[in-house]
Amino acid sequence: MGISVEGANKRFGDFQALDDVSIEVPDGSLTALLGPSGSGKSTLLRAIAGLEDLDSGLVTINGENATAKPAQKRGVGFVFQHYAAFKHMTVYDNVAFGLKIRKWDKQKTSQRVHELLELVQLDGLAGRFPSQLSGGQRQRMALARALAVEPKVLLLDEPFGALDAKVRKDLRTWLRNLHEEMHVTTIFVTHDQEEAMDVAGQLVVMNNGRVEQSGTADELYEDPANEFVMSFVGEVNRLGDDFVRPHDMEVVLDADERTQEGLVQRIVTLGFEVRVELVLSDGTEVWAQLTRAELQRLELREGQIAYLRPVQAKSFNGSSPSNSQGASTPPGSQDDGEAEVSAAV
Amino acid sequence: MTANPASRWGLRVLGLGYLTLLLLIPLVMIFYKTFEDGISPPLDAITSPDGLHALKLSLLMVAISVPLNTIFGVGCALLLVRHKTKLNPVIDAIINLPFAVSPIVIGLSLYLLYGVGGWFAFISEEGFKILFAVPGMVLASIFVSLPFVVRETVPVLQEIGTDQEQAASTLGANGWQAFWRITLPSIRWGVAYGVVLTTARVLGEFGAVTIVSGSISGQTQTLPLFVEKQYANFNSTGAYGASLVLALLALITLFAMNLLKRKEDA
Repeated sequence: MGISVEGANKRFGDFQALDDVSIEVPDGSLTALLGPSGSGKSTLLRAIAGLEDLDSGLVTINGENATAKPAQKRGVGFVFQHYAAFKHMTVYDNVAFGLKIRKWDKQKTSQRVHELLELVQLDGLAGRFPSQLSGGQRQRMALARALAVEPKVLLLDEPFGALDAKVRKDLRTWLRNLHEEMHVTTIFVTHDQEEAMDVAGQLVVMNNGRVEQSGTADELYEDPANEFVMSFVGEVNRLGDDFVRPHDMEVVLDADERTQEGLVQRIVTLGFEVRVELVLSDGTEVWAQLTRAELQRLELREGQIAYLRPVQAKSFNGSSPSNSQGASTPPGSQDDGEAEVSAAV
Repeated sequence: MTANPASRWGLRVLGLGYLTLLLLIPLVMIFYKTFEDGISPPLDAITSPDGLHALKLSLLMVAISVPLNTIFGVGCALLLVRHKTKLNPVIDAIINLPFAVSPIVIGLSLYLLYGVGGWFAFISEEGFKILFAVPGMVLASIFVSLPFVVRETVPVLQEIGTDQEQAASTLGANGWQAFWRITLPSIRWGVAYGVVLTTARVLGEFGAVTIVSGSISGQTQTLPLFVEKQYANFNSTGAYGASLVLALLALITLFAMNLLKRKEDA
């Protein structure tokens, strides 16, 4: 059950949008497709919806082979980044569209539409046209429209991408709550790792048309499969072959055999968090994330020499990760830089 | 950009003056000349059997050419915008031909094609008269007014994009349902504007129709041809009267569209 894609390939001219992609999305889950633009995440979503034909590969929705089915027969709800509101219809008619196509009778349609408008908090705006709604309201209307026909799966393509930061945050929370209520299998595409980690239980990280890694937010953050995933799901410093998260960089005033010397270039206070930027003797620029209290204890000043000690580092060259102070990296993290093409979510 | 009052007024005077000189004064002159000797001379000319026949024939041209060009135009615009092929630039250029070629040349080419010795002369020989009859005039009217609906619809189609149609398909609509419920309502003002322009063009067409119709009074004379005939026969009051009817028909078309649009916006 749920959604599965096997060996999907899609080419646009010279551009390989999907390169042998396979994913498994369990029934009832909320999964994020995360990646930079051009990584193939939207193409994959559109292929699941039937809006894009695959060159090869298999799409299965709820155990049924959907590969050859046109979009209108797949039973998916799709929400577009720019809402795709039917501009010549009222909010009511937008939400009722799928029901009218299915020839529901008037009374049942009206009841269902008002139920949904209540759910998305647009009750009372049923008679308005999309042009009279704010961006957030339009996107909620689009969501109600997609949910009206009781889709087997809900697909959202950068649903909050065109909204401002505050509305985006609200809608995220709202979507998460909605999913907890409805439990419809949901995939949403985003390029924002914070959004993905905030909303989704499962993440699939994509890059260059391939799946780099799948897992929970914690798994991806703690145990990234490669350099790309490590730097995409969080901040990272590079020290030789090692990758270190800024909060895993300890700043000390006395050198020992595990420390590296650095010149403090800049100290930026961001509320509770302090960002200390240093230049190493070989010219590498790195930064360490400290708390305010740590900074005060060290009495660091710009222009002074300090010593860096990576608490936990990762390496993707096949060599074992260099750990200090007994901090352990979970097994399996020594994989080389090869992307995991197929992974179960 | 904000202009200073002087240049703003200057621009207004220039614009209005230009319009007055080129459009308004000639129209007013026709109106004045028509009724110079009272209402009966122009009325007589228009209500004469030949005049009424010309009016009917002009309306018939509109009734046949406009629907055909609308269906073709919307279909062609969909093809050009939604189905990119290597042939599209060629189709695009061909559609512009009636704009580029003088109507009289179009008339001549039809004459050559359907006249004695032409490729399609056999149709007339079978007894279905094309030249100097209604079918030939319809062909000419369709030809000269072909590009309007396409040209007005293409940009609107491009602007609305495919998101709404795709949304409709994920909601269970098939291609036909998506077209009637989503695409057509979204492009309707582009199409309507194209229809108005097509109607005006068909009503006013002179050059191509002159050649293929032979301008036989009471038989193959549309209003513009009737005007020309009256004018050539020194019946200027009749010519002005018929001209006024032509102008009124065009205005009615424009008003009808505005009225529809206003009702829609209310």
